Amino acid sequence: MISINQLSKKYEDAEDYSVKNLSLEINENEIFGLLGPNGAGKTTLISMLSSLIKPTSGSFSIDELTFKEHKNKLKKTIGIVPQEYALYPTMTAYENLWYFGNMYGLKGVNLKKDILDQLAVLGLESFAHKKIQTFSGGMKRRVNLLASILHKPKVLFLDEPTVGVDVQSKNVIIQHLQKLNKNGTTIIYTSHHLNEAESFCDRVAIIDKGEIVIKGTPAQLISNLENATNLEDVFLQLTGKELRDHA
Amino acid sequence: MHKIWVSAIKEYKLLSRDLGGIAILFLMPLALLLVITLIQDSSFKAVNSVKIPILLVDNDQGEVAASIREGLSSSDAFAIVQEQNAETAKAKVFNGDYQLAIVIPATLSQRLATKVNDNVERMLAAFGLEEAPSMALEIEKVQPIQVTLYFDPATQGSFKNQVKSGIDKMISKIETQTIYKAFQEQLGEEDQLFETEPFITFKEVTPTNGEAELIPNSAQHNVPAWALFAIFFIIVPLSINMVKEKNQGTFVRLRTQPISYATVLGGKTIVYLAVCLIQFALMLLVGLFVFPLLGLPVLDVSGKLPMLFLVAFFAGLAAIGLGLLLGTIAKTQEQAAPFGATFVVILAALGGVWVPVFIMPKFMQQLSNISPMNWGLEGFYDVFLRNASVLQVLPEISLLFLFFLVTLLISILYNEKKHAV
Repeated sequence: MISINQLSKKYEDAEDYSVKNLSLEINENEIFGLLGPNGAGKTTLISMLSSLIKPTSGSFSIDELTFKEHKNKLKKTIGIVPQEYALYPTMTAYENLWYFGNMYGLKGVNLKKDILDQLAVLGLESFAHKKIQTFSGGMKRRVNLLASILHKPKVLFLDEPTVGVDVQSKNVIIQHLQKLNKNGTTIIYTSHHLNEAESFCDRVAIIDKGEIVIKGTPAQLISNLENATNLEDVFLQLTGKELRDHA
Repeated sequence: MHKIWVSAIKEYKLLSRDLGGIAILFLMPLALLLVITLIQDSSFKAVNSVKIPILLVDNDQGEVAASIREGLSSSDAFAIVQEQNAETAKAKVFNGDYQLAIVIPATLSQRLATKVNDNVERMLAAFGLEEAPSMALEIEKVQPIQVTLYFDPATQGSFKNQVKSGIDKMISKIETQTIYKAFQEQLGEEDQLFETEPFITFKEVTPTNGEAELIPNSAQHNVPAWALFAIFFIIVPLSINMVKEKNQGTFVRLRTQPISYATVLGGKTIVYLAVCLIQFALMLLVGLFVFPLLGLPVLDVSGKLPMLFLVAFFAGLAAIGLGLLLGTIAKTQEQAAPFGATFVVILAALGGVWVPVFIMPKFMQQLSNISPMNWGLEGFYDVFLRNASVLQVLPEISLLFLFFLVTLLISILYNEKKHAV
């Protein structure tokens, strides 16, 4: 489904590569987790795959499409849930979803019905016509997710979709993502919540300093390392315990 | 096209919920228009109805000084305050107590009379009507004499020039009258031989296109200038709107969607162009209905509305093009807002909103030719003051439209280059 070949990114004025010669195959209908410490290159990789930044070298294809040749078709194939709440604060949840839905080429009563249905699924039906600026963090995260999946993408990229939300919202989001996956959506997600990733992902890759350190199913990774009882043990053994502050 | 309309609806919703932004967009330009017109109108009235006190030091005590005093009094512009000492008068003016002091030197009348009589005698002698002047007079040359003017350093140049020109005119008249009088005396005539009233006078006629003559008033001058200023101020909220979208992440989401940057800009153009036209309509309404209530001259738009809105439409497009470009390039509101506001003031100055273009230095006049605000202002003046047709404003509106297209194109290319994948 996603084929990444020797992909690299070096930002202007940066000393090192943020992503270095990274190759990866992600299968159709898979939930794939990209894990790593701060500054490891997870967001950069997702940004390249979602056409937000240009790779320095290498190539990739999604569903056998490339941005150079099939820009708009590929944009309709994928959905991106950014780390920030990419919503208009003074517009209501419904208005935000209506606008972003239209930008995907959706329109009319079908879009209206779909928006209201999706809001109901994520427990936001009674807040449909309330402004985003009045929402809690968890509610914003749910609308943020809906704005990216209204067009029913084949591939969904999520950059830390559950960061900073309450447990209830997190559960709703994860359950909804699992439902989407059951319906055929391939999911690539980054997270710092390793327990969540362990239970949610079919496969994970741990990235550090722009390179894949290890990849496999969570169970494989845990069993292959001595003294590892969970994904967090694996993560700490492979990436170390020193702080990864960066600016 | 559907996506552009949806984008326009979104822009309308964002704008309509920003009450502060709406106040800035609609009320501030109206406040600006009212304040500027009231100030300009009141200063105009002040020059005509309020007498400016000036000091007069009369060391002459003769006919010439009396004529100058009478001339100044009859001008209705000055209230004359007598001062005995020139140094005291100078000090009072330099202290800012008075705008002007006029010092008439001693023996002015006597020396002028001597000079004129001498000249007249010589002329009559040359014609054989009089004996040749005495040797004493031939040798004694009457030295030129100066009337001294002291101006407050804070006095504006235009006022100085006005006063100097007025006094110069008065002195010329006195000299002429003295010459006529001397001729009359030398010829021994008691009846008035010469008509001393000015033979050549001025008549102001405003050119028209065969319609009734229109004398432009301050409203006719102020409304187009400040309406244009307000229209161009749209670049500030527009660029801030775009920077906000970048900062709140919505622009990132739009970049992942199957829409072009031109579509995003198209939606903004529709809404902000409507704002420009509403702003303009409000300014016209103020000129029509509020100005008379405040004692200001009423704005005359009879038969000109379609042409005025045509110019406003293209001026709005040019302003929006600039706003889109600034919003595309700026990364923060701190970059967009001060730059936008300052740039509009520069464009206004270059465009002739503050100072007429023809009195600018040559280099600035050339710069003015490439200012979109100058094109807009010329377009408005063509319609307001010259009753221009579409064909006559075509050069200006074409330039404004071209400016919009160029700025839009640069915005799109800049965005493409920055976000190419």
